[in-house]
Amino acid sequence: MADRPSGQVKPAAADALTVTPALRVVGQPVVRHDARDKVAAATAYAADWAMPGMLHATALRSPHPSARIAKLDTSRAAAMPGVACVLTAKDVPRNTLSTDVPGQTTAVGPLRATLHVLAEGRVRHQGEPVALVAAETLEGARAAAETIEVEYEPLPGVFTAAEALAAGAPRVHEAGNLLAHWRVVRGDLAAGFARAAVIVEGEYETQFVDAAYLEPESGVAWIDSDGVITIRVSTQVIEHFRDVAEVLTVPQNRVRVIGTYLGGGFGGKEDVTVEVYLGLLAMKTGRPVKMVWTRQESLLARAKRHPYRMRYRTGALASGEIVAQQVELLADAGAYAYLSALVLLYSTVTAAGPYRVPAVEVEARVAYTNNPPTSAMRGFGAMQTTFGYESQMERVTRALGLEPVHVRQVNALRRGDTLPVGQVMETHVAVPELARQAWDALGPATPPRAPHVKVGRGLACNLQPYGRIVWLHDWSSAWVGFEMDGSLVVRSGVPDVGGGQASSLCQIAAEVLGVRLESVSVHISDSALTPLAGTTTASRQLYMSGNAVLKAARELREQILGIAAAALDADAGALSLADGAVHAPDGRSLPLPDVLRQCARAGVARSHLAVYHAPAGEPVDLGRGSGKVFPDYTFGAHAVEVEVDTETGMVRVMKYAAAHDVGRAINPQSVEGQIQGGAVQGLGYALMEEVILERGINLTTSFASYLIPSAADVADVAPIVVESGEGLGPFNARGIGEPPIGPPAAAIANAIEAACGARVTRLPITAERVARALGLVEGA
Amino acid sequence: MIVSLVLNGRPRDVDVLPSETLLTVLRDRLGIFDAKEGCDEGVCGACTVLLDGRPVSSCLLLAPAVRERRVTTVRGLERGGGLHPLQEAFVRHGAVQCGFCTPGMLLTALAFLERHPGATRAQIRTALEGNLCRCTGYAKILDAVEAYAREEGTGG
Repeated sequence: MADRPSGQVKPAAADALTVTPALRVVGQPVVRHDARDKVAAATAYAADWAMPGMLHATALRSPHPSARIAKLDTSRAAAMPGVACVLTAKDVPRNTLSTDVPGQTTAVGPLRATLHVLAEGRVRHQGEPVALVAAETLEGARAAAETIEVEYEPLPGVFTAAEALAAGAPRVHEAGNLLAHWRVVRGDLAAGFARAAVIVEGEYETQFVDAAYLEPESGVAWIDSDGVITIRVSTQVIEHFRDVAEVLTVPQNRVRVIGTYLGGGFGGKEDVTVEVYLGLLAMKTGRPVKMVWTRQESLLARAKRHPYRMRYRTGALASGEIVAQQVELLADAGAYAYLSALVLLYSTVTAAGPYRVPAVEVEARVAYTNNPPTSAMRGFGAMQTTFGYESQMERVTRALGLEPVHVRQVNALRRGDTLPVGQVMETHVAVPELARQAWDALGPATPPRAPHVKVGRGLACNLQPYGRIVWLHDWSSAWVGFEMDGSLVVRSGVPDVGGGQASSLCQIAAEVLGVRLESVSVHISDSALTPLAGTTTASRQLYMSGNAVLKAARELREQILGIAAAALDADAGALSLADGAVHAPDGRSLPLPDVLRQCARAGVARSHLAVYHAPAGEPVDLGRGSGKVFPDYTFGAHAVEVEVDTETGMVRVMKYAAAHDVGRAINPQSVEGQIQGGAVQGLGYALMEEVILERGINLTTSFASYLIPSAADVADVAPIVVESGEGLGPFNARGIGEPPIGPPAAAIANAIEAACGARVTRLPITAERVARALGLVEGA
Repeated sequence: MIVSLVLNGRPRDVDVLPSETLLTVLRDRLGIFDAKEGCDEGVCGACTVLLDGRPVSSCLLLAPAVRERRVTTVRGLERGGGLHPLQEAFVRHGAVQCGFCTPGMLLTALAFLERHPGATRAQIRTALEGNLCRCTGYAKILDAVEAYAREEGTGG
């Protein structure tokens, strides 16, 4: 599969393994090995780790969103009993680091991310780390941090992206507040609008939200016996070992990151969290150090999802066919760049949705503010735009008196169609059937409970890239090998965020090599001991590392069967591997351990290391809409039935169906889990979650004020798993980590309008906002 | 101060500070990491343990309060060296993703079903309201708890 040239997609039937009728392990709802460990609390998360002589670390954080540091005196803290080390920016060998997109090894120009360690001279957001303390006890570290004297001189700040870009606005960074700007133009917009039967305009606003994984940022670092700075941490990116090395100015091979099974990531553990601080403190003290952020710290200072202001102007023919789409996006990057330029690029590429639109203009900007930084979060810029384009789609539908499913079907991209950025869709686009299936799955309408309760249904479709931008030249590697007893080992540097990433690799190896799933052990997420696999982000891990394991397993199969063929005096091509033995067509078989011993004698390796390279390309000129940006996309359609209390504005989700084409479900149960979990996160985004900032001051720094959905807040999501047999992943799978979070907000907004006629354009859609839209409450 | 408690069926004496929480004692003094710290303010449920069979947030409970009481963490659910049937149900139904909420979820569900053996899905949903999960969307957790309730109810 690695040899597949860019731009060419094999039909599913050309791949012998994918048409093998009897897949034994792949496609089965197998039990994940990590689930057994987790129900027994046997999984050691990053905070579930202690070492002899271990110090405890804490960070002192800025209370101000924008201020100059006039004085910073740590002498009292450093002198306190039990304090091992106090660090400020002057103690950091390299305090600001511009890195390529984490986990990548190719230069990415304007997409470069910045990593900022400790505040230097000024603070740019509330919660920005100013100093670090390590002490014998956590209480001691916290007490010492409180004695650090900091004099802040408050500076003017900017707190919305629009404010930041206004003339004369205070600058967050010297170079100015505009961080990135993308523009796409395709077709003749004026001509498109001129022939439209209806033109719908809308402005939408989305909010800051938090990843809110249950496991806060955490890790332990120590200097290992060979002098290597070793950091055991909850991260989606073990390749941050390079960033830690750069900050410490030590060679990259002197830092090792061991990634733990994560207590959730959702993009929030894509940028560095504790690892740089731990590396610094371990290096300075020579002792093991533990750092666990409190929930309050995490909510205060961790990167959030970007709030967007989106202006859409959509023109459609009477048939519902969209002929022109003009989009203006403005996003808030917060105080530091992180991955904002890349997030904005995702928005730009997806701004017109999974639809054929002959004339498009997208103008997208992201600006620095003195809010907390915003960066990666599940959906990565493709989520906000879904709220925009699907709200518009519904308004077009209603303006023309058409059916929601029909309008999606009329406009859906087809294979061979071109996205506004010029990328040709090379695989099946399942939007028409997904929309139909999700809609129909709602079944008979629920009768309203009372005259003032209205029931309505909404639909929203989406596209989400899986895999990284093609000009990042993404790759992953994996090692697969047999032990002498025929048990199998898989090694790959894949962080497992809880989606079953490691388990899927086991399934793929077991399938190809004819061993039982229980006979596979997998070692993951260690930058020193597992072949690097890149980030568990961008819905890429099954696609990339699944392909690497598939490739390694197939090569290993060839090696093993070659030896077995000689021993059985048979044609290698006719042999099969199953149940821990090699079988000849005539019924003879050879136990795997016997074959493996013969491999050893013949000098044939019992393992194989494979590298999978994604289709690669060169940067496209977005403005000219000139080519491929992502390897491929996953499509979805969600349908919801809500009831709206027209006296209070309360919205209740009655039924929810979420359909995605996953190409092939490697583990259908895990796929359903991604769909259900992603949709519920999306419902939180739609209905309740908001990081509330008042001039840069965070008012929601606890789970009592930052509300995420509980079991009682949501209905069951009915997952609809569609397998088109087309995708670039192993066995033609597509990525499914991010896609399900996209549609809920628009589906809910559309359902509310269908129920009661009120159009809500600002998230979250609280009862108060619905009440305002219904005219029950005064004000905007 | 020394606090005597029964931890997962076995008597233990632990030297604690009066200001320490049960969660800190379990994790930092006893090295038992079954209960997780998700919010440290009694909202998320990840630190849930059973105190005399009732679910409590161990991050809010001061250690002296557990004197002479029975504390159960997930490892106390083991049956004959194997998993408890509710744990098996979680595994079978795919109710576990990242697993961070799982210990608390298991204990809350079990304590609830012991008192309400014939509980409906809606009742289970309400009972689990205090245990947040960010991964699963709850459906498969409810599937698992409901299936266990049904099996136990029929003597299965």
